[in-house]
Amino acid sequence: MDHAEHHEEHPMIGYGTYISIWLALLILTALTVAIAGFDLGKYTTLVAMVVATVKTTLVGLYFMHLRYEPKVFHYMILVTFMIMVVIVIFTFIDGNRFSYLSHEVQAEVHH
Amino acid sequence: MAQTAAELSYTPYHREKSAFTGIFSWIFSTDHKRIGILYMISVLTMFIGGLCLGLLIRLELIAPGATIMSAPTYNAVFTLHGVIMIFLFIIPGIPAIFGNFILPLQIGAEDVAFPRLNLLSWWLYISGAALLMLALFTGDKLPDTGWTFYAPYSTATEGNISLAVFAAFVLGFSSILTGLNFITTIHRMRAPGMTWFRMPLFTWGLYATAWIQVLATPVVGITLLLVILERGFGVGVFDPAIGGDPVLYQHLFWIYSHPAVYIMILPGMGVISDLLPAFTKRTIFGYKAIAFSTISIAVVGYMVWGHHMFTSGISGTAQVIFSFLTFLVAIPTGIKVFNWIASLYKGSIELRAPMLYTLSFIFLFSIGGVTGLVLGSLAVDMHVHDTYFVVGHFHYVMFGGLGIALFGALHYWFPKMFGKMYNEAVAIVAWAFIFVGFNVLYFPMFILGWNGMPRRYYDYLPEFQYWHVVSTVGSWILAFGIFTMFINLIRGIINGEKAGNNPWGASTLEWTTPSPPPLLNFIEPPHVTHGAYDFEEMNKGKKDSKKDSKKKKKGKK
Amino acid sequence: MSHTANIAAPAHIHKDYNGAKTGMWLFLFTEVLLFGGLFLIYAVYRTAHPHDFAEAAKELNVVLGALNTAVLLTSSLTMALAIACIHRGKKSLSLTFLGITILCAFAFMVIKYIEWESKISHGLYPGSEYLMLHYSKGQRMFFGLYYCMTGLHAAHVIIGATVLIVMFYVTYQRPNEKHRWDVFGKDELNGCRVAILDKDGNEKWGSEIDESVKQVHLKMKYYSMPKRIKHEDYVSLENSGLYWHIVDVIWIFLFPLMYLIG
Repeated sequence: MDHAEHHEEHPMIGYGTYISIWLALLILTALTVAIAGFDLGKYTTLVAMVVATVKTTLVGLYFMHLRYEPKVFHYMILVTFMIMVVIVIFTFIDGNRFSYLSHEVQAEVHH
Repeated sequence: MAQTAAELSYTPYHREKSAFTGIFSWIFSTDHKRIGILYMISVLTMFIGGLCLGLLIRLELIAPGATIMSAPTYNAVFTLHGVIMIFLFIIPGIPAIFGNFILPLQIGAEDVAFPRLNLLSWWLYISGAALLMLALFTGDKLPDTGWTFYAPYSTATEGNISLAVFAAFVLGFSSILTGLNFITTIHRMRAPGMTWFRMPLFTWGLYATAWIQVLATPVVGITLLLVILERGFGVGVFDPAIGGDPVLYQHLFWIYSHPAVYIMILPGMGVISDLLPAFTKRTIFGYKAIAFSTISIAVVGYMVWGHHMFTSGISGTAQVIFSFLTFLVAIPTGIKVFNWIASLYKGSIELRAPMLYTLSFIFLFSIGGVTGLVLGSLAVDMHVHDTYFVVGHFHYVMFGGLGIALFGALHYWFPKMFGKMYNEAVAIVAWAFIFVGFNVLYFPMFILGWNGMPRRYYDYLPEFQYWHVVSTVGSWILAFGIFTMFINLIRGIINGEKAGNNPWGASTLEWTTPSPPPLLNFIEPPHVTHGAYDFEEMNKGKKDSKKDSKKKKKGKK
Repeated sequence: MSHTANIAAPAHIHKDYNGAKTGMWLFLFTEVLLFGGLFLIYAVYRTAHPHDFAEAAKELNVVLGALNTAVLLTSSLTMALAIACIHRGKKSLSLTFLGITILCAFAFMVIKYIEWESKISHGLYPGSEYLMLHYSKGQRMFFGLYYCMTGLHAAHVIIGATVLIVMFYVTYQRPNEKHRWDVFGKDELNGCRVAILDKDGNEKWGSEIDESVKQVHLKMKYYSMPKRIKHEDYVSLENSGLYWHIVDVIWIFLFPLMYLIG
């Protein structure tokens, strides 16, 4: 088997890299669980989401080989991500959703 | 152009032998051209079904009170009309029929990127249609929610909504697979020399459409699944009694369904951008501007869904922002319309049937677009929301836009698909009936709506009757025109004159291959050297090759 | 007139591996947006009822949730290793890793079952009387979304595991590299084009072939050539792997949003 030729068409990631990524993912999971124990107030979710994003990036870049894929894949992922962000932002500018829902809760308490 | 020996001896795609025979050689074929024809038959059948329901609606509304059906039946009929026309006709319409048939030809590919997936998407379409029909006959009553399936009514009514909604889910999956296939095809399978900015604008339209199909459809998929879960298990996400918010359903529904109107219209705009150069024999004005405006319509289209909900109780900030962004979409659309009109300047215009449809598209779509701006302005919308004004606007944009573009495309690519020609005189008569009937049918709706006639109503005040009668008469004229058009096309398929490779003298790549094309589309692998609408280069190339062949012949002798 | 004929095999014999991956990624985007709709609903209800969500989340079992996270992350590792092995031509090792991935999927489903079972036996499920009587609207929404989101995710685990089982069989069936021969068969010749070479050795295609050509004799020799297994031959395995990783990624977000907000 000709390894040199393979390296040219698609660089191979070593077993060791995969295992260290896996360890990093497990440590990050433990970190999320540990942080949840502290009361960071409104930052709790933010921190959890940042850690989850880091984990996703690791999975994407190494397990899903994105680091070695053509640039166009990266652009496509960016577009999808942006669409998701747009959808969330534009739903959230409708503040009436939250006042409507919270109002319902108060009404229930009064009963 | 003299046909060479190779061209005379080729086998057209519909005569090519395959592993199956008879109808199975079609319904199990992975050839994009056969799948395109399959889609054409199924989509147009659905269109005729939806058309008949539309005629029934108009007939019912010819006089106040009960005319030909009961009120619950009327609710079911307009729901079905909407569901069939939206999910089974307009959304698959141009991409599935002409995208499948023409796209690989236009970019010089042998097929789409995933031929088997393509066949699967047709089967999903058929299954979705079958499930929808099944939903009609299995519930305690017919589905009567309107095509929007708004919660909480859709989660409470007795009709078999779960199955109808699941049918829409399956159709969405079919649409996703088509989009996925087209994006990959356009990225990976362009012929040598076919750069992004040499692609025909129809291909650009399909590209933008395909992205919306991939990135918007899943959102309605999950929304419809939640409706099913709501009905089955009482999850309560949209049920105020349990703690849910029905308006959130509207948000999720329009997150898809507004971009979906661009799934409907962008391919139509692409068709028009292809037809104009073919019948003016000049390059399109502002090629890049049209290509970029296609993309920007797709992008901005994601941010305007709230204008469907101005009266649903969304916050003031949201109303203003959505209204503003709605006006923003008009800019790229305007760019297109002005470019199309500028493309007529100094062109040698031939008023053949496809060109007549093209010009009617620009006219009707502009009316639809401008009334869209009326609806997009917040204060006016409060007045005309959920009136016939909206119905008129919607039909001018969708039928006057996409429907007319589809008819134009049918005539334009007819010789390529079947290798034959329809009767031009009859086609023009049919067009005249369609154009007149269309305006008589839908223009009164603006007047009715402005005067306060609400949409989806079974009964109305006597003062509205005059315009309702006009509108109903228009529906008959339109139906007659469409009937004549179909008869003419069918007669063309059966015993039309033989059409050449390029009967229109058009410049895009699909016209360089024989009509109908062979199985792998091109007899010689194409090599693209100029832009899609570069008539000068095209003619120069032709002369050169003629000279070359003459030289070669002389040399050999 | 004697010309030599050249056969050009149709391009579709050579699969476009990059295209296959593009298609798969596009499909993954649809998966992301499918869950995206649910995450959006979650965000709206949680913003409206932050305290109810925190209260309700306390009922979930963090230990089982964390265990399931570890199981899925491990399965992602073995999936990546299975592909890495096939790249290096180690088929049996690859099959072992693929087997572990499938077992992890089963383990995940068993743990999920235990979790759901304990909730449902307590009467905590959408539409239950217990939920309607003892919980606030926000808490009901939390449990509704919990079942919808983890349920849809579990459905994806099942689909993913099924795909992986099929891939296990396909990979198992494939011959090792030394047994694989590339034979130019009759089927591959279907749809081939013939080019004529003239005296000067110029290729002539289709319309360039003029009347001077009377007959074309085709003589063909087939050579069977030993061929290495390239990693591209396993693009379907790689695509299944991509699907499996996206299932993992969705869980990476679901876990903190469901279990860790108490």
